[in-house]
Amino acid sequence: MSFSPASEAAITVFGLTNKRPPIGQTGKHLTAFATIGRFFIGFFAQVGQLSLFIAETGKAIVRGPFYFRMIGQQIIRIGYLSLPVVALTSFFTGGALAIQIYYGGNQFNSETIVSTIVALGITRELGPVFGGLMLAGRVSAAIAAEIGTMRVTEQIDALTTLSTDPFKYLIAPRVIAATLCMPVLALVADIIGVFGGFVVSTQSFGFNAAIYVQSTVNFLSFDDISSGLIKALMFGFIIATMGCYNGYYSKGGAQGVGRATTNAVVTASILILAANYLMTSLLFSA
Amino acid sequence: MSEKITLSNVHKTFGTKKVLRGVNLSVDEGQSLVVIGGSGSGKSVMLKSILGLLHPEQGSIKIDGTETVGLARNQRQEIDAQMGMLFQNGALFDSLPVWRNVAFQAIQNQGFSEADARDQAVDSLALVGLGPELLDLYPASLSGGMHKRVGLARAIACKPKIIFFDEPTTGLDPIMTDVINHLIRDCVQELGATTLTITHDMTSVRAIADKTALLYKGEIIWHGNAEELAASDDPFLLQFVNGLAEGPIEVEGQQISAAGEGQ
Ligand SMILES: Nc1ncnc2c1ncn2[C@@H]1O[C@H](COP(=O)(O)OP(=O)(O)O)[C@@H](O)[C@H]1O
Ligand SMILES: [Mg+2]
Repeated sequence: MSFSPASEAAITVFGLTNKRPPIGQTGKHLTAFATIGRFFIGFFAQVGQLSLFIAETGKAIVRGPFYFRMIGQQIIRIGYLSLPVVALTSFFTGGALAIQIYYGGNQFNSETIVSTIVALGITRELGPVFGGLMLAGRVSAAIAAEIGTMRVTEQIDALTTLSTDPFKYLIAPRVIAATLCMPVLALVADIIGVFGGFVVSTQSFGFNAAIYVQSTVNFLSFDDISSGLIKALMFGFIIATMGCYNGYYSKGGAQGVGRATTNAVVTASILILAANYLMTSLLFSA
Repeated sequence: MSEKITLSNVHKTFGTKKVLRGVNLSVDEGQSLVVIGGSGSGKSVMLKSILGLLHPEQGSIKIDGTETVGLARNQRQEIDAQMGMLFQNGALFDSLPVWRNVAFQAIQNQGFSEADARDQAVDSLALVGLGPELLDLYPASLSGGMHKRVGLARAIACKPKIIFFDEPTTGLDPIMTDVINHLIRDCVQELGATTLTITHDMTSVRAIADKTALLYKGEIIWHGNAEELAASDDPFLLQFVNGLAEGPIEVEGQQISAAGEGQ
Protein backbone atom coordinates (compact mmCIF):
# COMPACT_ATOMS: atom_id res chain seq x y z
CA MET A 1 0.00 0.00 0.00
CA SER A 2 2.95 2.32 0.43
CA PHE A 3 3.00 3.09 -3.28
CA SER A 4 -0.62 4.14 -3.26
CA PRO A 5 -0.06 7.85 -3.95
CA ALA A 6 1.82 6.97 -7.14
CA SER A 7 -0.65 4.41 -8.31
CA GLU A 8 -3.55 6.64 -7.43
CA ALA A 9 -1.97 9.24 -9.67
CA ALA A 10 -1.82 6.58 -12.36
CA ILE A 11 -5.45 5.73 -11.80
CA THR A 12 -6.36 9.38 -11.91
CA VAL A 13 -4.59 9.72 -15.24
CA PHE A 14 -6.33 6.61 -16.46
CA GLY A 15 -9.65 7.81 -15.13
CA LEU A 16 -9.32 11.17 -16.82
CA THR A 17 -8.41 9.54 -20.09
CA ASN A 18 -11.77 7.86 -20.16
CA LYS A 19 -13.60 11.16 -20.19
CA ARG A 20 -14.32 11.90 -23.83
CA PRO A 21 -14.69 15.47 -24.93
CA PRO A 22 -18.02 16.32 -26.58
CA ILE A 23 -17.73 15.16 -30.18
CA GLY A 24 -18.93 18.39 -31.73
CA GLN A 25 -15.99 20.30 -30.29
CA THR A 26 -13.20 18.34 -31.88
CA GLY A 27 -12.68 17.48 -35.52
CA LYS A 28 -12.73 13.88 -36.67
CA HIS A 29 -8.94 13.71 -36.93
CA LEU A 30 -8.50 15.12 -33.48
CA THR A 31 -10.95 12.58 -32.10
CA ALA A 32 -8.90 9.81 -33.68
CA PHE A 33 -5.69 11.21 -32.22
CA ALA A 34 -7.33 11.64 -28.88
CA THR A 35 -8.53 8.03 -28.94
CA ILE A 36 -5.08 6.73 -29.79
CA GLY A 37 -3.53 9.02 -27.22
CA ARG A 38 -5.96 7.89 -24.55
CA PHE A 39 -5.21 4.29 -25.38
CA PHE A 40 -1.46 4.74 -24.97
CA ILE A 41 -1.73 6.84 -21.83
CA GLY A 42 -4.03 4.21 -20.37
CA PHE A 43 -1.73 1.42 -21.49
CA PHE A 44 1.38 2.98 -19.97
CA ALA A 45 -0.48 3.87 -16.79
CA GLN A 46 -1.41 0.19 -16.48
CA VAL A 47 2.14 -0.95 -17.20
CA GLY A 48 3.46 1.48 -14.61
CA GLN A 49 0.92 0.37 -12.04
CA LEU A 50 1.72 -3.29 -12.73
CA SER A 51 5.46 -2.63 -12.38
CA LEU A 52 4.93 -0.97 -9.01
CA PHE A 53 2.71 -3.86 -8.00
CA ILE A 54 5.38 -6.41 -8.93
CA ALA A 55 8.07 -4.39 -7.13
CA GLU A 56 5.93 -4.26 -4.01
CA THR A 57 5.26 -8.00 -4.26
CA GLY A 58 8.99 -8.66 -4.67
CA LYS A 59 9.72 -6.62 -1.55
CA ALA A 60 7.11 -8.55 0.41
CA ILE A 61 8.57 -11.88 -0.76
CA VAL A 62 12.15 -10.94 0.07
CA ARG A 63 11.58 -9.23 3.40
CA GLY A 64 8.94 -11.33 5.06
CA PRO A 65 7.45 -11.93 7.57
CA PHE A 66 6.30 -15.14 5.92
CA TYR A 67 2.85 -16.44 6.61
CA PHE A 68 3.64 -20.13 6.36
CA ARG A 69 0.09 -21.16 7.10
CA MET A 70 -1.09 -19.11 4.12
CA ILE A 71 1.65 -20.42 1.85
CA GLY A 72 0.78 -23.99 2.80
CA GLN A 73 -2.91 -23.38 2.16
CA GLN A 74 -2.13 -21.94 -1.27
CA ILE A 75 0.19 -24.81 -2.20
CA ILE A 76 -2.69 -27.17 -1.59
CA ARG A 77 -5.18 -25.04 -3.52
CA ILE A 78 -2.95 -24.07 -6.41
CA GLY A 79 -0.73 -27.12 -6.69
CA TYR A 80 -2.36 -30.17 -5.25
CA LEU A 81 -5.91 -29.47 -6.39
CA SER A 82 -4.71 -28.67 -9.92
CA LEU A 83 -3.16 -32.11 -10.37
CA PRO A 84 -6.22 -33.77 -11.98
CA VAL A 85 -6.74 -30.94 -14.46
CA VAL A 86 -3.11 -30.88 -15.50
CA ALA A 87 -2.86 -34.67 -15.67
CA LEU A 88 -5.93 -35.04 -17.90
CA THR A 89 -4.89 -32.18 -20.19
CA SER A 90 -1.47 -33.63 -20.59
CA PHE A 91 -2.61 -37.21 -21.13
CA PHE A 92 -4.92 -36.28 -24.00
CA THR A 93 -2.37 -33.91 -25.50
CA GLY A 94 0.28 -36.65 -25.55
CA GLY A 95 -2.19 -39.05 -27.13
CA ALA A 96 -3.30 -36.61 -29.83
CA LEU A 97 0.30 -35.70 -30.58
CA ALA A 98 1.19 -39.35 -31.11
CA ILE A 99 -1.68 -39.79 -33.57
CA GLN A 100 -0.69 -36.70 -35.55
CA ILE A 101 2.92 -37.74 -35.82
CA TYR A 102 2.06 -41.31 -36.73
CA TYR A 103 -0.30 -40.37 -39.58
CA GLY A 104 1.60 -37.23 -40.54
CA GLY A 105 4.91 -39.01 -40.89
CA ASN A 106 4.99 -41.76 -43.51
CA GLN A 107 4.80 -44.44 -40.83
CA PHE A 108 8.36 -45.40 -41.64
CA ASN A 109 10.51 -46.17 -38.65
CA SER A 110 7.71 -44.61 -36.66
CA GLU A 111 8.45 -46.29 -33.33
CA THR A 112 11.43 -44.02 -32.72
CA ILE A 113 10.01 -40.98 -34.49
CA VAL A 114 6.72 -40.92 -32.60
CA SER A 115 8.32 -41.54 -29.24
CA THR A 116 10.99 -38.88 -29.60
CA ILE A 117 8.72 -36.19 -31.01
CA VAL A 118 6.08 -36.81 -28.37
CA ALA A 119 8.73 -36.60 -25.65
CA LEU A 120 10.27 -33.43 -27.05
CA GLY A 121 6.95 -31.74 -27.77
CA ILE A 122 5.56 -32.49 -24.37
CA THR A 123 8.58 -31.63 -22.23
CA ARG A 124 9.71 -28.56 -24.11
CA GLU A 125 6.42 -26.95 -25.08
CA LEU A 126 3.08 -28.58 -24.57
CA GLY A 127 3.43 -29.79 -20.99
CA PRO A 128 4.34 -26.43 -19.48
CA VAL A 129 2.25 -24.31 -21.87
CA PHE A 130 -0.98 -26.31 -21.65
CA GLY A 131 -0.46 -26.78 -17.93
CA GLY A 132 0.08 -23.04 -17.61
CA LEU A 133 -3.01 -22.21 -19.65
CA MET A 134 -5.15 -24.58 -17.62
CA LEU A 135 -3.89 -22.95 -14.44
CA ALA A 136 -4.49 -19.50 -15.89
CA GLY A 137 -8.14 -20.55 -16.13
CA ARG A 138 -8.32 -22.34 -12.86
CA VAL A 139 -6.01 -20.42 -10.56
CA SER A 140 -5.78 -16.85 -11.93
CA ALA A 141 -9.54 -16.67 -12.02
CA ALA A 142 -9.94 -17.98 -8.49
CA ILE A 143 -7.30 -15.62 -7.12
CA ALA A 144 -8.75 -12.59 -8.91
CA ALA A 145 -12.26 -13.41 -7.73
CA GLU A 146 -11.18 -13.94 -4.14
CA ILE A 147 -8.94 -10.88 -3.82
CA GLY A 148 -11.37 -8.78 -5.87
CA THR A 149 -14.20 -9.69 -3.51
CA MET A 150 -11.98 -8.85 -0.56
CA ARG A 151 -11.29 -5.49 -2.16
CA VAL A 152 -14.90 -4.52 -2.84
CA THR A 153 -16.10 -5.74 0.56
CA GLU A 154 -13.36 -3.69 2.26
CA GLN A 155 -11.63 -6.78 3.65
CA ILE A 156 -8.32 -5.50 2.26
CA ASP A 157 -8.83 -2.18 4.02
CA ALA A 158 -9.67 -4.12 7.16
CA LEU A 159 -6.41 -6.07 6.85
CA THR A 160 -4.47 -2.84 6.66
CA THR A 161 -6.19 -1.37 9.71
CA LEU A 162 -5.31 -4.59 11.56
CA SER A 163 -1.66 -3.76 10.89
CA THR A 164 -1.24 -6.51 8.32
CA ASP A 165 0.29 -5.78 4.93
CA PRO A 166 -1.95 -7.30 2.22
CA PHE A 167 1.11 -7.82 0.03
CA LYS A 168 2.69 -10.01 2.67
CA TYR A 169 -0.46 -11.72 3.87
CA LEU A 170 -2.43 -12.19 0.63
CA ILE A 171 -0.25 -11.68 -2.40
CA ALA A 172 3.19 -13.05 -1.50
CA PRO A 173 1.84 -16.46 -0.39
CA ARG A 174 -0.07 -16.89 -3.65
CA VAL A 175 2.84 -15.85 -5.83
CA ILE A 176 5.29 -18.03 -3.90
CA ALA A 177 2.96 -21.03 -4.00
CA ALA A 178 2.17 -20.73 -7.71
CA THR A 179 5.81 -20.21 -8.67
CA LEU A 180 6.88 -23.26 -6.68
CA CYS A 181 3.99 -25.48 -7.74
CA MET A 182 3.98 -24.84 -11.47
CA PRO A 183 7.31 -26.63 -12.20
CA VAL A 184 6.15 -29.62 -10.21
CA LEU A 185 2.88 -29.65 -12.12
CA ALA A 186 4.83 -29.33 -15.37
CA LEU A 187 6.93 -32.35 -14.41
CA VAL A 188 3.75 -34.29 -13.75
CA ALA A 189 2.44 -33.08 -17.10
CA ASP A 190 5.65 -34.28 -18.79
CA ILE A 191 5.39 -37.76 -17.35
CA ILE A 192 1.69 -38.17 -18.01
CA GLY A 193 1.90 -36.60 -21.46
CA VAL A 194 4.63 -39.00 -22.50
CA PHE A 195 2.58 -41.78 -21.00
CA GLY A 196 -0.43 -40.65 -23.07
CA GLY A 197 1.64 -40.94 -26.22
CA PHE A 198 2.85 -44.33 -25.09
CA VAL A 199 -0.65 -45.65 -24.46
CA VAL A 200 -1.93 -44.54 -27.86
CA SER A 201 1.14 -45.88 -29.66
CA THR A 202 1.11 -49.26 -28.02
CA GLN A 203 -2.67 -49.72 -28.03
CA SER A 204 -3.65 -48.23 -31.40
CA PHE A 205 -0.55 -48.60 -33.52
CA GLY A 206 0.72 -51.82 -32.00
CA PHE A 207 4.14 -50.41 -31.18
CA ASN A 208 6.51 -52.42 -29.10
CA ALA A 209 6.38 -51.03 -25.62
CA ALA A 210 10.00 -51.74 -24.74
CA ILE A 211 11.35 -50.11 -27.89
CA TYR A 212 9.11 -47.07 -27.36
CA VAL A 213 10.31 -46.55 -23.82
CA GLN A 214 13.89 -47.22 -24.77
CA SER A 215 13.94 -44.64 -27.54
CA THR A 216 12.21 -42.05 -25.34
CA VAL A 217 14.78 -42.50 -22.60
CA ASN A 218 17.68 -42.52 -25.06
CA PHE A 219 16.66 -39.41 -26.86
CA LEU A 220 15.38 -37.19 -24.10
CA SER A 221 18.06 -35.06 -22.47
CA PHE A 222 18.08 -33.27 -19.16
CA ASP A 223 17.98 -29.92 -20.96
CA ASP A 224 14.67 -30.77 -22.63
CA ILE A 225 13.04 -31.29 -19.29
CA SER A 226 14.76 -28.46 -17.42
CA SER A 227 13.92 -25.92 -20.12
CA GLY A 228 10.25 -26.77 -19.69
CA LEU A 229 10.50 -26.49 -15.93
CA ILE A 230 12.17 -23.09 -16.13
CA LYS A 231 9.33 -21.95 -18.33
CA ALA A 232 6.84 -23.34 -15.85
CA LEU A 233 8.45 -21.35 -13.05
CA MET A 234 7.85 -18.19 -15.04
CA PHE A 235 4.29 -19.22 -15.90
CA GLY A 236 3.51 -19.83 -12.23
CA PHE A 237 4.67 -16.34 -11.41
CA ILE A 238 2.59 -14.85 -14.23
CA ILE A 239 -0.54 -16.78 -13.21
CA ALA A 240 -0.50 -15.68 -9.58
CA THR A 241 0.61 -12.14 -10.31
CA MET A 242 -2.11 -11.48 -12.88
CA GLY A 243 -4.75 -12.94 -10.58
CA CYS A 244 -3.58 -10.84 -7.63
CA TYR A 245 -3.06 -7.67 -9.65
CA ASN A 246 -6.47 -7.70 -11.28
CA GLY A 247 -8.18 -8.62 -8.04
CA TYR A 248 -6.31 -6.03 -6.00
CA TYR A 249 -7.37 -3.16 -8.25
CA SER A 250 -10.92 -4.31 -8.91
CA LYS A 251 -13.68 -1.88 -8.08
CA GLY A 252 -17.38 -1.46 -8.60
CA GLY A 253 -19.03 -4.36 -6.83
CA ALA A 254 -19.84 -7.76 -8.28
CA GLN A 255 -19.53 -6.54 -11.85
CA GLY A 256 -16.05 -5.21 -11.14
CA VAL A 257 -14.99 -8.53 -9.67
CA GLY A 258 -16.31 -10.30 -12.77
CA ARG A 259 -14.32 -7.98 -14.97
CA ALA A 260 -11.20 -8.52 -12.87
CA THR A 261 -11.61 -12.28 -13.18
CA THR A 262 -11.95 -12.15 -16.95
CA ASN A 263 -8.99 -9.80 -17.26
CA ALA A 264 -6.88 -12.03 -15.06
CA VAL A 265 -7.48 -15.09 -17.25
CA VAL A 266 -7.01 -13.22 -20.51
CA THR A 267 -3.87 -11.36 -19.50
CA ALA A 268 -2.32 -14.41 -17.82
CA SER A 269 -2.97 -16.57 -20.91
CA ILE A 270 -1.54 -14.03 -23.34
CA LEU A 271 1.49 -13.37 -21.16
CA ILE A 272 2.12 -17.10 -20.84
CA LEU A 273 2.11 -17.55 -24.62
CA ALA A 274 4.28 -14.47 -25.14
CA ALA A 275 6.71 -15.48 -22.41
CA ASN A 276 6.84 -18.98 -23.85
CA TYR A 277 7.79 -17.64 -27.25
CA LEU A 278 10.46 -15.39 -25.73
CA MET A 279 11.94 -18.13 -23.59
CA THR A 280 11.86 -20.67 -26.39
CA SER A 281 13.82 -18.29 -28.59
CA LEU A 282 16.27 -17.55 -25.77
CA LEU A 283 16.73 -21.13 -24.59
CA PHE A 284 16.95 -22.79 -27.98
CA SER A 285 18.64 -20.25 -30.21
CA ALA A 286 21.97 -20.46 -28.41
CA MET B 1 -8.30 17.89 27.30
CA SER B 2 -5.88 17.50 24.42
CA GLU B 3 -6.84 17.04 20.81
CA LYS B 4 -6.50 13.42 19.78
CA ILE B 5 -7.44 13.82 16.12
CA THR B 6 -7.21 17.05 14.17
CA LEU B 7 -8.18 17.52 10.54
CA SER B 8 -7.43 20.82 8.86
CA ASN B 9 -8.47 21.77 5.38
CA VAL B 10 -8.52 18.15 4.11
CA HIS B 11 -9.22 17.77 0.39
CA LYS B 12 -9.83 14.49 -1.42
CA THR B 13 -10.72 14.21 -5.09
CA PHE B 14 -11.43 11.13 -7.22
CA GLY B 15 -10.73 11.88 -10.85
CA THR B 16 -12.73 15.05 -11.29
CA LYS B 17 -15.08 14.41 -8.39
CA LYS B 18 -14.34 16.55 -5.34
CA VAL B 19 -15.46 14.55 -2.33
CA LEU B 20 -13.79 16.38 0.56
CA ARG B 21 -13.38 20.13 0.08
CA GLY B 22 -11.58 21.39 3.13
CA VAL B 23 -12.73 19.41 6.15
CA ASN B 24 -11.87 20.93 9.52
CA LEU B 25 -12.60 18.80 12.54
CA SER B 26 -11.10 17.87 15.87
CA VAL B 27 -11.81 15.23 18.50
CA ASP B 28 -10.62 15.59 22.08
CA GLU B 29 -9.13 12.71 23.97
CA GLY B 30 -11.77 10.43 25.49
CA GLN B 31 -14.53 12.16 23.57
CA SER B 32 -17.20 10.61 21.37
CA LEU B 33 -17.69 12.57 18.17
CA VAL B 34 -20.49 11.64 15.80
CA VAL B 35 -20.40 12.81 12.20
CA ILE B 36 -23.73 12.88 10.42
CA GLY B 37 -24.41 13.52 6.77
CA GLY B 38 -26.32 12.15 3.80
CA SER B 39 -25.27 9.10 1.79
CA GLY B 40 -22.41 9.90 -0.52
CA SER B 41 -21.43 13.04 1.36
CA GLY B 42 -17.93 11.68 1.92
CA LYS B 43 -18.17 10.38 5.47
CA SER B 44 -16.46 7.07 4.75
CA VAL B 45 -13.85 8.81 2.63
CA MET B 46 -13.07 11.06 5.58
CA LEU B 47 -12.62 8.06 7.90
CA LYS B 48 -10.45 6.23 5.40
CA SER B 49 -8.30 9.32 5.05
CA ILE B 50 -7.73 9.40 8.80
CA LEU B 51 -6.89 5.69 8.73
CA GLY B 52 -4.39 6.25 5.93
CA LEU B 53 -6.32 4.03 3.51
CA LEU B 54 -6.90 7.00 1.22
CA HIS B 55 -4.44 9.81 0.67
CA PRO B 56 -5.81 13.36 0.69
CA GLU B 57 -4.09 15.58 -1.83
CA GLN B 58 -4.18 18.62 0.43
CA GLY B 59 -4.53 19.41 4.11
CA SER B 60 -3.35 17.99 7.39
CA ILE B 61 -4.48 15.10 9.59
CA LYS B 62 -2.80 14.95 12.99
CA ILE B 63 -3.13 12.12 15.45
CA ASP B 64 -1.74 12.87 18.91
CA GLY B 65 -0.12 15.87 17.29
CA THR B 66 1.73 13.78 14.68
CA GLU B 67 1.15 14.68 11.06
CA THR B 68 0.00 11.57 9.18
CA VAL B 69 -0.64 12.87 5.67
CA GLY B 70 2.20 11.72 3.45
CA LEU B 71 3.37 9.00 5.83
CA ALA B 72 3.93 5.61 4.21
CA ARG B 73 2.36 2.58 5.85
CA ASN B 74 5.56 1.46 7.55
CA GLN B 75 6.08 4.95 8.99
CA ARG B 76 2.77 4.95 10.80
CA GLN B 77 2.74 1.54 12.44
CA GLU B 78 2.67 2.99 15.95
CA ILE B 79 -0.26 5.19 15.04
CA ASP B 80 -2.10 2.31 13.35
CA ALA B 81 -1.56 0.09 16.37
CA GLN B 82 -3.72 2.34 18.54
CA MET B 83 -6.63 2.55 16.10
CA GLY B 84 -9.54 0.19 15.62
CA MET B 85 -12.18 0.35 12.91
CA LEU B 86 -15.63 -1.09 12.44
CA PHE B 87 -16.32 -1.03 8.71
CA GLN B 88 -19.66 -0.12 7.21
CA ASN B 89 -20.40 -3.70 6.16
CA GLY B 90 -18.36 -5.39 8.82
CA ALA B 91 -15.60 -6.45 6.42
CA LEU B 92 -15.08 -9.71 8.28
CA PHE B 93 -12.63 -12.07 6.57
CA ASP B 94 -14.97 -14.66 5.14
CA SER B 95 -12.24 -17.25 4.74
CA LEU B 96 -11.69 -17.31 8.49
CA PRO B 97 -13.94 -18.50 11.33
CA VAL B 98 -15.24 -15.94 13.80
CA TRP B 99 -12.56 -16.52 16.40
CA ARG B 100 -9.72 -16.04 13.92
CA ASN B 101 -11.38 -12.83 12.79
CA VAL B 102 -11.69 -11.48 16.29
CA ALA B 103 -8.20 -12.55 17.36
CA PHE B 104 -6.62 -11.59 14.04
CA GLN B 105 -4.16 -9.05 15.44
CA ALA B 106 -3.28 -11.24 18.38
CA ILE B 107 -2.38 -14.12 16.06
CA GLN B 108 -0.68 -12.19 13.26
CA ASN B 109 1.12 -9.42 15.07
CA GLN B 110 1.33 -10.17 18.75
CA GLY B 111 2.54 -13.75 18.60
CA PHE B 112 -0.30 -15.22 20.66
CA SER B 113 -0.53 -18.98 20.68
CA GLU B 114 -3.71 -20.37 19.11
CA ALA B 115 -5.12 -21.26 22.52
CA ASP B 116 -4.45 -17.80 23.99
CA ALA B 117 -5.85 -16.13 20.88
CA ARG B 118 -9.00 -18.19 21.21
CA ASP B 119 -9.34 -17.12 24.82
CA GLN B 120 -8.92 -13.51 23.77
CA ALA B 121 -11.64 -14.01 21.16
CA VAL B 122 -13.98 -15.37 23.83
CA ASP B 123 -13.33 -12.30 26.00
CA SER B 124 -13.83 -9.85 23.14
CA LEU B 125 -17.04 -11.55 22.05
CA ALA B 126 -18.29 -11.43 25.64
CA LEU B 127 -17.74 -7.65 25.61
CA VAL B 128 -20.24 -7.35 22.76
CA GLY B 129 -22.62 -9.78 24.36
CA LEU B 130 -21.88 -12.86 22.25
CA GLY B 131 -21.24 -16.33 23.58
CA PRO B 132 -18.48 -18.82 22.69
CA GLU B 133 -20.86 -20.92 20.56
CA LEU B 134 -20.08 -18.54 17.67
CA LEU B 135 -16.34 -19.12 17.67
CA ASP B 136 -16.17 -21.68 14.90
CA LEU B 137 -18.88 -20.29 12.65
CA TYR B 138 -17.93 -18.58 9.40
CA PRO B 139 -19.03 -14.97 8.75
CA ALA B 140 -21.31 -16.04 5.87
CA SER B 141 -23.59 -17.82 8.34
CA LEU B 142 -24.07 -14.81 10.64
CA SER B 143 -27.06 -12.47 10.56
CA GLY B 144 -26.57 -8.75 9.93
CA GLY B 145 -26.66 -7.86 13.61
CA MET B 146 -24.24 -10.65 14.55
CA HIS B 147 -21.96 -9.58 11.74
CA LYS B 148 -21.79 -6.04 13.11
CA ARG B 149 -21.21 -7.28 16.62
CA VAL B 150 -18.39 -9.60 15.60
CA GLY B 151 -16.90 -6.69 13.63
CA LEU B 152 -17.18 -4.60 16.77
CA ALA B 153 -15.49 -7.33 18.81
CA ARG B 154 -12.63 -7.41 16.28
CA ALA B 155 -12.30 -3.62 16.35
CA ILE B 156 -11.94 -3.49 20.12
CA ALA B 157 -10.02 -6.75 20.63
CA CYS B 158 -6.67 -5.01 20.95
CA LYS B 159 -7.97 -2.27 23.23
CA PRO B 160 -7.33 0.56 20.81
CA LYS B 161 -7.13 4.17 22.03
CA ILE B 162 -9.05 5.47 19.02
CA ILE B 163 -12.02 3.63 17.53
CA PHE B 164 -13.89 4.46 14.34
CA PHE B 165 -17.40 3.23 13.66
CA ASP B 166 -18.71 3.53 10.13
CA GLU B 167 -22.51 3.38 10.23
CA PRO B 168 -22.63 0.83 13.05
CA THR B 169 -26.43 0.63 13.09
CA THR B 170 -27.40 1.01 9.43
CA GLY B 171 -29.59 -1.82 8.24
CA LEU B 172 -30.41 -3.12 11.72
CA ASP B 173 -33.78 -3.34 13.40
CA PRO B 174 -34.53 -0.77 16.14
CA ILE B 175 -33.84 -3.17 18.99
CA MET B 176 -30.50 -4.27 17.59
CA THR B 177 -29.72 -0.61 16.92
CA ASP B 178 -30.22 0.13 20.58
CA VAL B 179 -28.09 -2.85 21.57
CA ILE B 180 -25.22 -1.68 19.35
CA ASN B 181 -25.50 1.90 20.60
CA HIS B 182 -25.21 0.70 24.17
CA LEU B 183 -22.32 -1.56 23.29
CA ILE B 184 -20.47 1.35 21.75
CA ARG B 185 -21.17 3.53 24.76
CA ASP B 186 -20.05 0.80 27.17
CA CYS B 187 -16.97 -0.22 25.22
CA VAL B 188 -15.85 3.34 25.02
CA GLN B 189 -16.28 3.89 28.72
CA GLU B 190 -14.59 0.62 29.55
CA LEU B 191 -11.61 1.29 27.30
CA GLY B 192 -11.50 5.05 27.81
CA ALA B 193 -11.17 5.39 24.08
CA THR B 194 -11.62 8.34 21.77
CA THR B 195 -14.23 7.56 19.16
CA LEU B 196 -15.43 8.89 15.86
CA THR B 197 -18.73 7.47 14.70
CA ILE B 198 -20.43 7.99 11.38
CA THR B 199 -24.14 7.59 11.14
CA HIS B 200 -27.28 8.99 9.64
CA ASP B 201 -29.36 7.63 12.45
CA MET B 202 -30.43 10.32 14.93
CA THR B 203 -31.15 7.82 17.72
CA SER B 204 -27.49 6.82 17.57
CA VAL B 205 -26.49 10.45 17.77
CA ARG B 206 -28.55 10.94 20.92
CA ALA B 207 -27.24 7.72 22.44
CA ILE B 208 -23.52 8.08 21.88
CA ALA B 209 -22.51 11.61 20.91
CA ASP B 210 -20.57 13.98 23.16
CA LYS B 211 -20.27 16.19 20.14
CA THR B 212 -21.90 16.12 16.72
CA ALA B 213 -20.69 17.42 13.37
CA LEU B 214 -22.61 17.69 10.10
CA LEU B 215 -20.75 16.92 6.88
CA TYR B 216 -22.31 18.38 3.76
CA LYS B 217 -20.78 18.71 0.29
CA GLY B 218 -17.34 17.82 1.59
CA GLU B 219 -17.24 20.32 4.44
CA ILE B 220 -18.20 20.34 8.11
CA ILE B 221 -20.95 22.94 8.09
CA TRP B 222 -22.05 22.63 11.71
CA HIS B 223 -20.68 21.18 14.95
CA GLY B 224 -21.62 21.36 18.59
CA ASN B 225 -22.52 19.39 21.72
CA ALA B 226 -25.87 17.85 22.64
CA GLU B 227 -27.44 21.05 24.02
CA GLU B 228 -26.29 23.04 21.03
CA LEU B 229 -27.71 20.36 18.77
CA ALA B 230 -31.09 20.55 20.52
CA ALA B 231 -31.12 24.34 20.47
CA SER B 232 -29.75 24.90 16.99
CA ASP B 233 -31.83 26.59 14.35
CA ASP B 234 -29.34 25.91 11.55
CA PRO B 235 -31.58 25.11 8.56
CA PHE B 236 -29.29 22.38 7.21
CA LEU B 237 -29.06 20.70 10.59
CA LEU B 238 -32.80 20.97 11.22
CA GLN B 239 -33.58 19.40 7.88
CA PHE B 240 -31.24 16.51 8.57
CA VAL B 241 -32.27 15.97 12.18
CA ASN B 242 -35.96 16.03 11.31
CA GLY B 243 -35.52 14.00 8.14
CA LEU B 244 -37.27 16.37 5.77
CA ALA B 245 -37.17 16.15 2.00
CA GLU B 246 -37.76 19.91 1.76
CA GLY B 247 -34.97 22.23 2.75
CA PRO B 248 -31.62 23.65 1.75
CA ILE B 249 -29.87 20.26 1.43
CA GLU B 250 -29.57 19.00 -2.13
CA VAL B 251 -30.51 15.34 -2.20
CA GLU B 252 -27.80 13.25 -3.85
CA GLY B 253 -29.99 11.25 -6.21
CA GLN B 254 -31.55 14.41 -7.63
CA GLN B 255 -28.12 15.89 -8.18
CA ILE B 256 -26.97 12.78 -10.02
CA SER B 257 -29.97 12.55 -12.31
CA ALA B 258 -29.63 16.27 -13.08
CA ALA B 259 -26.00 15.64 -14.07
CA GLY B 260 -27.11 12.62 -16.09
CA GLU B 261 -24.58 10.18 -14.68
CA GLY B 262 -26.68 7.92 -12.50
CA GLN B 263 -24.91 4.83 -11.24
N1 LIG C 1 -12.29 4.70 -4.06
C1 LIG C 1 -13.14 5.56 -4.64
N2 LIG C 1 -13.02 5.89 -5.95
C2 LIG C 1 -13.85 6.76 -6.53
N3 LIG C 1 -14.87 7.37 -5.91
C3 LIG C 1 -15.06 7.10 -4.62
C4 LIG C 1 -14.21 6.18 -3.91
N4 LIG C 1 -14.64 6.11 -2.63
C5 LIG C 1 -15.71 6.93 -2.55
N5 LIG C 1 -15.96 7.53 -3.73
C6 LIG C 1 -17.03 8.51 -3.98
O1 LIG C 1 -17.01 9.47 -2.97
C7 LIG C 1 -18.32 9.82 -2.58
C8 LIG C 1 -18.46 9.71 -1.10
O2 LIG C 1 -18.41 8.36 -0.72
P1 LIG C 1 -18.55 7.87 0.78
O3 LIG C 1 -17.55 8.57 1.63
O4 LIG C 1 -18.46 6.40 0.75
O5 LIG C 1 -20.01 8.32 1.16
P2 LIG C 1 -20.75 8.16 2.55
O6 LIG C 1 -20.86 9.53 3.11
O7 LIG C 1 -22.10 7.60 2.23
O8 LIG C 1 -19.94 7.25 3.40
C9 LIG C 1 -19.26 8.90 -3.33
O9 LIG C 1 -19.87 9.64 -4.34
C10 LIG C 1 -18.38 7.84 -3.91
O10 LIG C 1 -18.83 7.48 -5.18
MG1 LIG D 1 -20.15 5.34 3.98
